[in-house]
Order: sequence, then C-alpha cells, then structure tokens
Amino acid sequence: MMKIHKNWFNKSVQELALIAKDPLLLLVILAIFSSLIIFIVYPLFKVIIVSVFSKGQFSLNILKDVISNWYFRQGFYNSILMGILTSLFGTAIGFLFAFTLARTDIPFKNVFHLIAIIPIISPPFIGAMAIIMLFGNNGLITSTLLGIRNFRIYGFRGLLFAQVITFFPVAYITLRGVLESISPTLEDAAFDLGGSRWKVFKKVTLPLAIPGIASAILVLFVETLADFGNPLILAGSKFPILSVQAYLQITGMYDLPRGAALALILLVPSISVYFLQKYWVARKKYVTVSGKPTSSSHKVVSLVVKWILFGLCIFLAAIILLIYITILWGAFAKVWGFDNSFTLNHFKYVFSVGFKAVTDTLIIAVTSTPIAGILGMIIAFLVVRKKFPGKHVMEFTSMLSFAVPGTVIGIGYILGFNSPPLILTGTFLILVLNFIFRYIPVGIQSGIAILQQIDPSIEEAAIDLGADSQYTFKRITLPLMIPAFFSGLIYSFVRAMTAISAAIFLVSAKWNLMTVQIMSQVESGRLGAASAFSVILVGIILLAILIIRTILTLFYGSFKGTMLKI
Amino acid sequence: MSVKLVNISKIFKDQEDIQKKVIAVDNVNLEIKEGEMVTLLGPSGCGKTTTLRIVSGFETPTKGEIWINEKMVNNIPPNKRDTSMVFQSYAIFPHLSVAQNIGFGLELKGWKAKEIEKEVKKIMEIMDFLELYKRRPDQLSGGQQQRVALARAIINKPSVLLFDEPLSNLDAKLRIQMRIEIRRIQKAFGITSIYVTHDQEEAMTVSDRIVIMNEGKIMQVATPFEIYSYPINTFVADFIGRVNFIPGKIKEKNEKKWIINFCCGKKEINNQTGKFKIGDNILIIVRPESLKMFYPKNGELYPIKGKVDKIVYLGPTIEYEIKVEGLERKINAVIYNPIEEGFFKEGDLVNIDFNPKAVQILPAQGLKIK
Repeated sequence: MMKIHKNWFNKSVQELALIAKDPLLLLVILAIFSSLIIFIVYPLFKVIIVSVFSKGQFSLNILKDVISNWYFRQGFYNSILMGILTSLFGTAIGFLFAFTLARTDIPFKNVFHLIAIIPIISPPFIGAMAIIMLFGNNGLITSTLLGIRNFRIYGFRGLLFAQVITFFPVAYITLRGVLESISPTLEDAAFDLGGSRWKVFKKVTLPLAIPGIASAILVLFVETLADFGNPLILAGSKFPILSVQAYLQITGMYDLPRGAALALILLVPSISVYFLQKYWVARKKYVTVSGKPTSSSHKVVSLVVKWILFGLCIFLAAIILLIYITILWGAFAKVWGFDNSFTLNHFKYVFSVGFKAVTDTLIIAVTSTPIAGILGMIIAFLVVRKKFPGKHVMEFTSMLSFAVPGTVIGIGYILGFNSPPLILTGTFLILVLNFIFRYIPVGIQSGIAILQQIDPSIEEAAIDLGADSQYTFKRITLPLMIPAFFSGLIYSFVRAMTAISAAIFLVSAKWNLMTVQIMSQVESGRLGAASAFSVILVGIILLAILIIRTILTLFYGSFKGTMLKI
Repeated sequence: MSVKLVNISKIFKDQEDIQKKVIAVDNVNLEIKEGEMVTLLGPSGCGKTTTLRIVSGFETPTKGEIWINEKMVNNIPPNKRDTSMVFQSYAIFPHLSVAQNIGFGLELKGWKAKEIEKEVKKIMEIMDFLELYKRRPDQLSGGQQQRVALARAIINKPSVLLFDEPLSNLDAKLRIQMRIEIRRIQKAFGITSIYVTHDQEEAMTVSDRIVIMNEGKIMQVATPFEIYSYPINTFVADFIGRVNFIPGKIKEKNEKKWIINFCCGKKEINNQTGKFKIGDNILIIVRPESLKMFYPKNGELYPIKGKVDKIVYLGPTIEYEIKVEGLERKINAVIYNPIEEGFFKEGDLVNIDFNPKAVQILPAQGLKIK
C-alpha cells in the first residue's frame, strides 16, 4: 500500500511540476475545480449536513422521523414503483420504435423519428397537461365525447401514462444507436446458417442489444425518479411521489431539514442506479468490428410483422401528436372543455401579463448556454489531452449533475446560498449558475467523444510546423470541436428553457421562468394560458435549434450531418 | 554534419509502476550528412519512432545530445525546431482546404496571403498535383493525402525532414509508387531526411544508408547493399531478407585467401575482416540466391550436401528447402532460370556450393540461431 501511495504521490508531483510551467493552464484548472466544488459538491454536501444535524449536533432523528412517517414511506415506494414501471414500459416501446425504424423499410421513417423527438425538446410536463385536458374532469375525451363526469385520471394510471410518453423517446434514441451499430451482416450470417427470422432475432439481434436495453432501463429509472413536473400535476394526494413531497415540505411547510432529508432519500437510489449504469452496464457494450460499411438488408422481419410494427408505430405517433394538438388547440380555445371556439386571448394574456417570464427565461437561457458550452469544451479538452492530478475527480464531479435529481440540487442551492458567504437566493445569478452546472455534462461528453476521435498527431503537426500550444488550440483543436460544442449548446439551451425541478426552488418575484408560470397556471386551472405559454416555449426552442443549425451549415458546411441529430 | 545524435537514450517510466523502467532508446550515436536520406529500420518496439520523435522534439531524451546544423537543439521546443514531420496518419487538418494545409507553416511565419498562394502553387506544381488546390481533405484519396502531408512538410524548407512510417496506410501498389515519388522529391529538394519504417523493401529503395535497430540499440549502419550482402551480426542477417547460417572451421588464412572446412568439403572464400584465428569455429552467412545445387558425381567434393525436403515453384524461380545432417535449420536455395539450371525432386540427394564472393563470416560462439 505504501508503495502505491508513494508512486501516486511521485506521479502527482511530476505532473504538477509540468503544469506549473504553464501558469495559464494551472489557473484554468484551479478555477474549474473551485467552481465545481462550490456549485456541485457544496450544495449536495449541504443537503446531507442539514439532514443529519439538528441544533448543531449530529443526529439521525430527522431521517428516522421521515422514514417512520407512513405518508413519506408511501411516497418512496410509489416513486420506486413508478420508476420501475416507466423504465420497463418506456424501454419496451422505445425498443419497438427503434427496431422498426432501424431494421425495416416502412415508409415515413423521418416523420416517425421527428415525432419521437418532440417530447425531448419540450417541457417534461406537457404530457401531464394534455392528459388532464383529454381525460380530466372537463376532458375532451372523457367529458365532451363520452360524457363521463367523474373519471379519475389523477394518480397511478394517469401518471404512468404521462411518464411513459415523456421518457420513451430517451430509450428510443439510445436503442436506435445500439441497433444501428449492430452490423446487419451478423443477421445475414445467421440466416445463411439456417436460422428462422424469429430465431435470428432471439439469438442474434436481441442478445447484442441487451447491454443497450439494460442501459436504457436504468437511465429511464433515474429520470423518472427525478421527474417533478408530471407528478406535481398528475399524482394527486392519494398517490404521493417523493420529489413532490420534498418540494411541498419546503415551499408549503417551510421545513428545510425535512425537505433535505427527503431529498437525501431520493438521492440514494438515483445515484446508485446511475453509477450502476455508467460503470457497469455501459462497459458491457459489444463492439462489432466493422469491415466494409453495410446497409441493412431489410429481411429481418416478415411482411406481416413489418406491417404490424408499422401499425404500432402509427398508433404511438398518433398519441404523441394528439398530445401536442391538444396543447395547441387548448392555446386557442376560449375555455377548454366548455367553449372550444377560437380565441387569441390566452396569447394576449401571455404577451401582456406573462411576458416578463418569457424574457426572463430567454435572458437566463441565453446567458447560461454559451458559458456551459465553452466550459464543457474546456473540461473535455483538459480531461482528454492534459495530465494533472485530480483529473478523474474533475471528470467525475462535472458528470455528477447527470445523476442528481433536480429537486435535490434545487434544495441544495437554497440551503447553500441563502446565507453568507454566498447569498444568491432570489438573484439572476443563482438561476444562471444552476443551469450552467447542471447542463455541462452533455457538452463534456460530446467534447470528450470528439477529442478521442481527433488523432493527436494533427495537433502535433501544427506544433511541428511552428505553432505554439495556444495557437494550436485556437486554430486546430477548437474548430474541430465545433460540432460537439453546438450539440452541447442545443442540449443546454433546451434544458434551460424546459427546466423545472431545480428551478422552481430558485425563482423569485424578480426572476421568473416560463415553466414555473405554466405550472402555476395549471394549478389555478387556467389551462388555456398554460397551453399558450407551452406553445410559445416550444416555438422558441424550435426557432433556436433552427438558428444554430443554420449558423453551423453556413460557416461549417463540411460538418453537415456529422452531429446535431436532434 | 547536418544531424548528429550523441549518446541518446530514452527511458520511459512504466505507467502503472514508475519504479519500472522501459529503455526505448539505448545509447544511440548517429551522424547524418547534408542531403542524405537515412532510414531507421527495425521490428516494432525497436525504438525507431522514439528516436525520430526525439529529433523532432516531441520526446525529450533522458540522456544525450541532438545536434542540427552544428547547433545543440535539446532545449529548443518542437515548434521552434527546424524540422518537419510527415506523420503516419498524415495528420491533415480536416477543417482546412488542401491549399490552407500546405500553406499552414508559411501562415505561421506571417507571410502574406498572395505570397503563400504563389508558393503553395509552385510546390504543388513541382509535385505534380496542382489540380487538387481547391479540394477539401475529405475529398482526397490516401495517396493524395500523402502528397499534401509531404508538401506541407517541405514548403517550410526545413533543415531536416522526418518521415514516420509514411506509407503504412496505403495499399501495396500505391506504396511502391509513393516510395519512388518520395525519393524523387527528397533528391529534388536535397533535404536531409530521416525515414522510419519496418518495411525492409521500402528501406532498401528510399535510403542512402540504413540504420538497423533492435531493442533500442543500433545494430548496423550501412548502405542498402552492404546491409544485405555483408550483415555484421546474425540479427541483421536474419532481419533483412532470407539467409542461411552454415557452420564451419577456419583451416587456413592469410592475406591472399581464407579456406574454410565445412561438413563435406573445404572452400576458399573472399577476404574477411574481423578477428579470427586458424581453428576458430565460425558461421558463414549466405543468401539463398548465392547457392548452387548439383547432383552428386564421383570424385567431386562440395562443401555441403543434403536432401531436398520441399519445393516451391514460383514461375521465374524455384525455391528449395534442403535438409542437411546436423543442421537444425533447413537450407534455403533459390534457383533462377530453372530451365537452364535444372529441376530437382523431393528426396533427391544434392551437393551445395556457393559463390565465394557472397559470404560473410561470423564467430560461431555465443550465437543463437532460431
């Protein structure tokens, strides 16, 4: 043991000596480390401290109290149950969609793909809103069409439906990637050896996709567990969900320690499952060595199966479209459920009374997004290309916010930044900082992926021809990272625009967000205004994606189609 | 002297256990003349690429000095060093056009855009690929990328041009074409060059001199002809081409002639250097094409005799493997023009003779032959 420590120490000293020669680099590393500690580690640490200290003394009383409470225990069970069911159904539907689009030659593939992507770029509670508008007390289907007055959509059924619709696209994207990386020649080979279609699927395609499926299930579990918007609207009091309970403890009861304790209980399963996914399942992926590029042979399913799959995809796509049409219609309907005739009143309302929330959201998103994007590229560059002690700690910490539910982060931010030395609650800054540090991981990941593909000798060639390291980074490395930078940018912009779970703790009278506005409109029953807000929100996101893609195509034409699959 | 390496060593620390050391380059001394093309040749892991990267400045030697044009350059970083490298992966900047790639070095020197354009066009014309001027890297074939990488390295007019296995990513036919091209351009510009490869045929065709390396050490430095015909140790002999090691004993030696006793007869050979005494056990090194085969005749004595074990007919040549009693390794013989020289059958007993000018003697002691 001693020897290993000594070696580690020696290596660190050598690496430090190297960095010390480049003061700018040292400065950047120190700055990144301190901000990661302050804005990611410290709030989480605060959540733990507040849950296990009472009156200045270490005590497990708060945790015991929370665990022994029947209602909170029920919330925990419900959250886990919802997580398990959503991840299983969501992954199954995602697989069906991915398999059909990747392995058959059905028509309108691009249309299906776009429809499956919409839920990813819209606020995560739109499903819940639409379900209430369709199946609620004044629902279009239940009340107007079927005349049922007291259909119970709140609770388990409605929430599960909303969660599956919200999260299956994540599974679809993952699994489509997995299925497309499985060379169709493997399936051809199995046919050639005499396998039937079903056998080939069961013995070749499915086993090769298993690591991807496992990974999708775990990711969906973490996301569902952390989700806040859908349960807040749909769960109701008889089906408590942990993230909502934590929120209500803090905003309703002003009980910070209990809220923190609930957050801690939420954090444990999320973090464990996330790391199970990242460090165990993600490593089990099969790599199919590809020779010549192969195109799908389209023979893996029979005609009958193909059209059955096509029908199922149409059914799913129709449900998603129905949700968005409902929202769109709701935005233009006088009083949803009673008088569905056309009006612009809701939009007038948003542009007069609610317009500050629109500008606030935009200002905050436009400020935080480029910072998150650039920070992500710098961290990726440091992690892949530089040697310094604590490099893995840096990567790990910056990825941590993937795993931590927004509710936990939100509570951590209030606990951490409402007292000196850092009083930030109620400010513009706290929202911006929160968004930056929550949404860097995607930028970092795509940055790392692209840097690992850039042959280091390209940078060496520039140095060899006389460029110094700064010029090389500016003229060679950075331009090559552009696609990763923009995909990180789009992701953080979409997330900043649609964020709710952490942000809801951090908004104030001065700085409000559209998502939070939508929620409060839903809670006070003003579905029309909520829909109008949602339509504008999704419109802004689509416009932003369009602008970013246009810039990319104009200035970096050669990168067309390499990234930005959204 | 254009490039001089003095006692260069490079010791890497093991990634896992820094107490463990890996000697990549072991006390290398080498002098390269102005305008000369020298190849570092050896099996993978012999230290040739590390040596090249030490010259370029990408690796710092643990010990020793690097001199370029009478100047010690140990402390000059790679971007200030007057060397240009052609990388194994070409390292073409994918976001810059062909012209921008080639002009990159001039851009760094602060040349004006017009002058850069003129110079780039000039070099592309000499290298005969001006038609690619406006292309982007993703529209280039492997061979074209190779030319761009070469032009980009040459345009800076470096004191030393470094090639790091530049042809290993090309297909066989293009490789032959490009090595002739590289040699032509190197001669045309007269740039001192160091060329790293593990392909011996490539080394033979492009080099003025070849440096054979093994386990970080230089084994032999000589012209391609000398390396092939007079290898100074069994490693070099065995690494380059195919070779036969035949044991013998020195019977007689004076200024005029050397006479060696072999298993079945004695043979006079050309004069040798090296410290040998009469009675020493030796090995002679002789290439398969320098052997001749005969059917035994009464009264004629040949140095070696054996039995034909295997025949490979290749059209213009026939290769024979001959089992000789007491020798573990079979003797290889290549017969050119078989119609003239005659055919032998498997199992035939044959006598073997060789050209006395085409042999090299090595001491037999302490030698291990696989």
